[in-house]
Amino acid sequence: MSDEMMVAFTLNGAAMRRRVPVRLHAVDALREVFGLTGSHVACEHGSCGACTIRVDGAAVRGCLLLAPQLDGADVWTIEGLTASGAIADLQAAFHKRNAMQCGYCTAGMLITSAELLQAGQPATRAEIREHLSGNYCRCTGYQAIVDAVEETLAARRAVA
Amino acid sequence: MALKRAEGEEARWLAGGQSLVPMMNLRMAAPSLVIDLSRIRELSGISLHGETLRIGAMTRHAAVGADPLVSRHAPLLAQAAPWIAHPAIRARGTIGGSLALADPAAEWPACCLALNATLVALGMDGAERRIAAADFFQGIYATALAPDELLLRVEIPAQAARSTLREIARRHGDYATVGLAATSAPALAFFGVADRPLRFAGVEAALATHGVDAAVALLRTTLEPIADLYHAAATKSHLAGVLLRRVAEELHA
Repeated sequence: MSDEMMVAFTLNGAAMRRRVPVRLHAVDALREVFGLTGSHVACEHGSCGACTIRVDGAAVRGCLLLAPQLDGADVWTIEGLTASGAIADLQAAFHKRNAMQCGYCTAGMLITSAELLQAGQPATRAEIREHLSGNYCRCTGYQAIVDAVEETLAARRAVA
Repeated sequence: MALKRAEGEEARWLAGGQSLVPMMNLRMAAPSLVIDLSRIRELSGISLHGETLRIGAMTRHAAVGADPLVSRHAPLLAQAAPWIAHPAIRARGTIGGSLALADPAAEWPACCLALNATLVALGMDGAERRIAAADFFQGIYATALAPDELLLRVEIPAQAARSTLREIARRHGDYATVGLAATSAPALAFFGVADRPLRFAGVEAALATHGVDAAVALLRTTLEPIADLYHAAATKSHLAGVLLRRVAEELHA
C-alpha cells in the first residue's frame, strides 16, 4: 500500500488535484497542503468543532475525516465562504454583537451557524443552541453568538 | 473483503469515522490498514420489504433521522437521532458503525434491542449471517461479529407501537449517563447502565400488568448498573427509575 493517495476534489469552488499522505486528516491537509489556515485544529478528537468545514453541503469535523476521503467531495472552508460573500451578513452580525473574543472557534461557529441558516427554517434560541452544541467557545459564554445567529436568521427570513 | 482477508485483524473497516478516527487520533487504535466503505453504494439506503424495514449499514445518522419510511415504520429511530452527538457528527456517522462499535451508552444499539431488530453480516465466504439484536451486543465494544465479518444492514420489523427515547446526559449530545429506548409493546431497552443495552422481561411485564410503580420497584432490585467516571451505581439506578416514569407517562399520555 502506498502512503500517499491522489485526491481530486472541489475546494472553495476550484478544482484541486494533489497527492496527500493517507494518514493526514482533512483539516491538516487543508492547512498544510493547501495553505488554508482558517480552519483551526484544537481537540483533534471531534469534541470541539474548531475544525468544522463544509463537505458536500454539510458541516462536518475536519479532524475526523482523513485527507483521502476528500476525493470527489465539494469542500468549502471559511476562506471560500468569506470570499463568496455567502455569509457576509452572519459575519457582520458576529462583528456587531461581539460574538467572539479570541476567535479560535469562530470559523467553526460560522460554518455550523451557516448550515442552520441555510435550512431556512425558523429556529428558537434553544434550537440555535442545540445546533451549535457541538462547537465549543471558551471565551464568550455563547450568548452573543446565539444573538448574532438569531438576528441573521430573522433578517434573512424577513427578506425571503 | 479481499483486502481485509489479506491484511487480517489489524485492518479496520472505516464507516463514518466518528469513533474510529478519534481513537486513531488518540493513538488508542493504530490499524495497519483502513478500508473506507463510503463508496459502496449498496451499503447505504433505507427500504421497506413487506413488513420489514431495511437500513444499510452505511446510512448516516442524519439520513436515518430524516427518512419518511423510518418515521412511519420505526419512529423510535427518528426519535433517537437528535440525541446522537451533534449535527456535524450525525452528518458523517453511520448506523452500522455505531452498531458494530457497540458503545454501551449509544442510542442505536438500544433502539435495535427494543425493536427486535436483526443484524445481517457478510462473511468471507460470501454468505450472509443473521443475528438477533439480543444476541449481537456482548459487552463493551464487543459484538457477535467475527473479526472478518462486515455488517451489511439492520432489519427492523415495522412497528405499530408508540415509542419514545429519553436520556440524561451532562450536556446534550454527550453519551448518556442513563438512557431508555422504549415502545408501548412494552419494550424497555436501557443504555448507559451496563456493558451493553439491556431489557428486563420482568420489568416490562410489571409495567404492562401492574403499572409504573411496580415496574420501577422491580427495576430497582433487578438493574445493577456499572458506575462510570462521574456517576455512582446508585445514581444510575435512581436515574433509570426516573426515566422509566417519564417514558411510561409519555407513552400513555
